Amino acid sequence: MIAPGTEPGLWRSARALAVRDLRLVWRRRGDALQPVLFAVLVVVLFALAQGRDPQRLAATAVPVLWLAVLLAGQLALDSLFRSDAEDGSLEQWLLAPVPLPWLVLVRVALHWLTTAVPLIVVTPLLAEMLHLPRDQLPVLLASLLLGTPLLSLIGGVVAALTVGIRRSGILVALLSLPLYVPVLVFGAGSVAAAARGQDPVGALLLLAAGLVVALVLAPLATAAAIRISLD
Amino acid sequence: MQPIVRWFHQLGSPPTFDRFARRGSRVAYLAALPVFALALWQALFVVPADYQQGDSFRILFVHVPSAWMSLFVFALMALYAAIGLIWRIKLCEVLAMACAPIGAGFTVITLLTGSIWGRPMWGTWWDWDPRLTTELILLFLYLGVIGLYMAIEDRRSAARAAGLLAIVGVALLPVIRYSVTWWDSLHQGASIRLFGPTTLDASMQAPLWLMVVATKLWFVGSLLAKARADNLQREAGKDWLRRQLQEDA
Repeated sequence: MIAPGTEPGLWRSARALAVRDLRLVWRRRGDALQPVLFAVLVVVLFALAQGRDPQRLAATAVPVLWLAVLLAGQLALDSLFRSDAEDGSLEQWLLAPVPLPWLVLVRVALHWLTTAVPLIVVTPLLAEMLHLPRDQLPVLLASLLLGTPLLSLIGGVVAALTVGIRRSGILVALLSLPLYVPVLVFGAGSVAAAARGQDPVGALLLLAAGLVVALVLAPLATAAAIRISLD
Repeated sequence: MQPIVRWFHQLGSPPTFDRFARRGSRVAYLAALPVFALALWQALFVVPADYQQGDSFRILFVHVPSAWMSLFVFALMALYAAIGLIWRIKLCEVLAMACAPIGAGFTVITLLTGSIWGRPMWGTWWDWDPRLTTELILLFLYLGVIGLYMAIEDRRSAARAAGLLAIVGVALLPVIRYSVTWWDSLHQGASIRLFGPTTLDASMQAPLWLMVVATKLWFVGSLLAKARADNLQREAGKDWLRRQLQEDA
């Protein structure tokens, strides 16, 4: 029992969870780089399938890069809650003295930091491989920086809903794809607008607005989903 | 307790709901059939042909009510799911899950009739237009709810998880509704407004409203039938059901 008045505050619990997650990721840093490897493979396969023409590669570079990041992120979703659900740590979250949505938010933030940020770091290299025009790269990176946290937050809801299902495999992808579509449309669309000479700021601001809403609502939905899954 | 309130509470009991749904779905189906017949006769033979599209516009009388139903059923599913989650009412969970396949069916009809109409009107079977794309995403959301409900073994947890997914997905409904105003869309804008003048010609409105009523009645019949089936499956092996089957036999 925790003595009243000595419960850890929000920031202390966040730091404890962050340190734990980072330590676990560091111990299996090879595994943690698998999403990056997957994205690289997707880009390579697309390039090989398109043929060698640099014009054609450049024409579809933005959608291919966005899809590579999105699909790699979906594969990484499995590691969000599953290992904690298997060893019982997730049930301890239900009993924690800090709000469950807060723990969820910290977990998703750490997950984004360890899976999506490496993807964004590798994106300029992949863009070069697809002959993306240099002036589109900043908009692409901005759209990814705004879009990937949104994907992680939405994906967290779906991951929490399916955490109790064994062999959920493709179900997570099927459930999250309809919810990912608006992010993909505005994310890739912003770079497409920039390529056409239009101002991408409209689409980027919509992504930012979605991110703000998701930051508030997605942890609440995810917490409800965890409670349902562990019932 | 007021009789209506008491009847409503009693509906939450599986045996009472079974009796109600058996009669209710039959009544709703029987009421829907003549309204369908009248609406189709009006739509195909009475209403004059459109000056621009000729007779091919008549598919509107199937397409529009189905589209409205696809949105209405999703909202209703989310509402049942929310009530089931908040107040832990088992029958509300059952009703929410029964809405999903019916709504998916209406969405498929909307997409198919829209595609058939689009071929002569726009020259293409499909376009990645905002209205069409969001309606397709709605279909995937319906399939996701059904898939999640099937994937979890415990029926109550499954209904609650799928219900939460439905509540999250409700955010798509205003996007579908306003997709024709927010973006440049191939699809026609809103001609029928709740507040303000309706621009659909008066000679064409009667079959539309009749089809709206008919699809609603059909939906109630299907919902009660499906919910009754799900309810009986969950209650299999219980005493009241065994007694009822012995009495019927």
